[in-house]
Amino acid sequence: MKKLLLASAAIALVTGAARAEDVKIGIILGFTGPLESITPAMGAGAEMAIAEVAAAGGIIDGKKPVAVRGDSTCVDAAAATAAATRMVTSDGIAAFMGADCSGVTGAILQNVARPNGVAMISPSATSPALSTAEDDGLFFRTAPSDARQGVVMAEILGERGIKSVALTYTNNDYGKGLADSFQAAYEAAGGKVTLSAAHEDGKGDYSAEVGALAAAGGDILVVAGYVDQGGSGMIRAALDAGAFTTFMLPDGMVGAALEEKFGKELNGSFGQHPGTDSNGAALFQAAAKAAGFDGTGAFAPESYDAAALIMMAMHAAGSTNSKDWAPKVMDLANAPGEVILPGELAKALQLIKEGKDIDYVGASAVELIGAGESAGNYREIEFADGKITTKSFR
Amino acid sequence: MDLLNAFVALANFVLIPGIAYGSQLALGALGVTLVYGILRFSNFAHGDTMAFGTMVVILLTWGLQVLGVSFGPLPTALLALPLGIAITALVMLGTDRVVYRYYRMKKADPIIVVMASLGVMFIMNGIVRLIIGPDDQNFADGARFVINAADWRAMTGLSEALTLRTSTVITIVTAGLSVWALFWFLNKTRTGKSMRAFSDNEDLALLSGINPERVVRVTWIIVAALTVIAGTLYGLDKSFKPFTYFQLLLPFFAAAIVGGLGNPLGAIAGGFVIAFSEVGVTYAWKKVLGHALPDALEPEGLVQLLSTDYKFAVSFAILLIVLLFKPTGLFQGKSV
Repeated sequence: MKKLLLASAAIALVTGAARAEDVKIGIILGFTGPLESITPAMGAGAEMAIAEVAAAGGIIDGKKPVAVRGDSTCVDAAAATAAATRMVTSDGIAAFMGADCSGVTGAILQNVARPNGVAMISPSATSPALSTAEDDGLFFRTAPSDARQGVVMAEILGERGIKSVALTYTNNDYGKGLADSFQAAYEAAGGKVTLSAAHEDGKGDYSAEVGALAAAGGDILVVAGYVDQGGSGMIRAALDAGAFTTFMLPDGMVGAALEEKFGKELNGSFGQHPGTDSNGAALFQAAAKAAGFDGTGAFAPESYDAAALIMMAMHAAGSTNSKDWAPKVMDLANAPGEVILPGELAKALQLIKEGKDIDYVGASAVELIGAGESAGNYREIEFADGKITTKSFR
Repeated sequence: MDLLNAFVALANFVLIPGIAYGSQLALGALGVTLVYGILRFSNFAHGDTMAFGTMVVILLTWGLQVLGVSFGPLPTALLALPLGIAITALVMLGTDRVVYRYYRMKKADPIIVVMASLGVMFIMNGIVRLIIGPDDQNFADGARFVINAADWRAMTGLSEALTLRTSTVITIVTAGLSVWALFWFLNKTRTGKSMRAFSDNEDLALLSGINPERVVRVTWIIVAALTVIAGTLYGLDKSFKPFTYFQLLLPFFAAAIVGGLGNPLGAIAGGFVIAFSEVGVTYAWKKVLGHALPDALEPEGLVQLLSTDYKFAVSFAILLIVLLFKPTGLFQGKSV
């Protein structure tokens, strides 16, 4: 038995030594839990970037990037912390691509990333609280903070000259967070929210909620809900009662189901959701299709960008130590420099090696602001003749 | 001050929704109260049986739609209603045969039968979710509005809109007809009279030669009809979702108890009391008062007694108050 242990330990050492030139990148996402339907495409997106760089000869003089997956569960901070700790101590990863949900992302940042000095880039944590969290310069995200959408909404309303709105939100963290950030931005811009009322998802009848909002008044109704849930119920009840005829629809409400359910009844309503007009998204989707996964999945482009940025920054710093490469992330993501789109990672590595500046645009038009979070590109939409049409990008 | 606008706002947000909801509750409560009066137990499976019956109607409606059958401006579901009632009645008779009859023969305590109905509830619950799934189903078709907001404003020039939906009108008319038919049946026909006799005094009814199994069968068929009609109307007017139907159990019982359990007239009154309390207490009265009061008195706040989240709490509160102060209900039913 002792011999066997010794032998296996020796083998482990040998194989470990053989892989010393590999750089391990930890992909920590909620592969189980509430986001399990979208995380496979996110993981695949990140792994596609890693494979692309590996095929191009790796980073920093031929170090080959390798993906290691971990399960954040999205909701269980203790399980996420344990998984992340294991990835750092036993897998020896050099960076985190993750986590996905805001809660576990904060837990991993404070309990694992900071104590061990490992930087992380999250593709999908959108909580405004992460903008101000202590991070020792180790935390970035390629997703915009929800606070950003609130500001965009206030801008759109300002441009349309709408001065007072009624607001309803789905009664959960997403709805409440978005409603609060919108209300703050809108009131700062001089608008008036007559009533901010929650609605519960999954009820049969929303006429009472609409009655209260109608009594409060307002030019339009802002519905920060879900298109497959109470959000549509609120719109139905408001239209039926003749209480509101125009609606503002944030990202949770923009979906094909809306055209199906309401069609021309929503003519003149408008809204916004994350989206870009750069052809990076199209390039990414084509590449994803070739790789056999759905590139249109939520946050899959952001995952590709997060993994790509990690490797670029390591390459530029010439080190896999987070202390060295984390400060490079902002430079690489923003102008000036040569624009890099998905599928051009080999070119980017070459340019960096030659000492030239790059502007990583990627699949989600990355532009990092503030403490290292995506500026957030939104597609403003408007209902015309029963269809969702693109009005502009901002 | 603008009393006309005040009345229109009141009608649009309180009176019309209240009457429609009250009619749906009354039909549901009638079913609960009949089971309680004649079979002598509180049927917890009522809400889920309603979901089952509505599901049958929805499936039949989809079938008719595929065949290209429609009912002009009225919803196709009304055509599917009779067959839906028949199928649900068979299911209910079957349930009685395999579950409730055994306890009736043993003369089990009502609480034991109630627990059995809880089991039936879970099974119905599962069957409905297996067949149609837990999601929202929309099966309304035909014309949506009798009067819509834009037409109303163009017609009257008032600032407040009044909307009248086809489903609301159908709800009120159908509920009225069903209640009339029920009372005619209970008061004028021989079978109806024997049911009332059985409800008043079981032993005496048995002595005078009334066949108890026949009374039970007729009761289940009537309850099936009331339940499916209530469920279909609720689904047309609002939307069909199995969980919502399960939750309706509370207002149903509240309505039946407020009116007096076992008393059909009480169930109807109770349905409207509960409906108007729920709507009235959670409505923001700002607009109505703003129109009705002189400008100087116009309220600043919303004048909303309770947030709409507490809608079900209103049913609970009324239920408690009635049980504390008048356990037999407004219309002298059996004490609970």
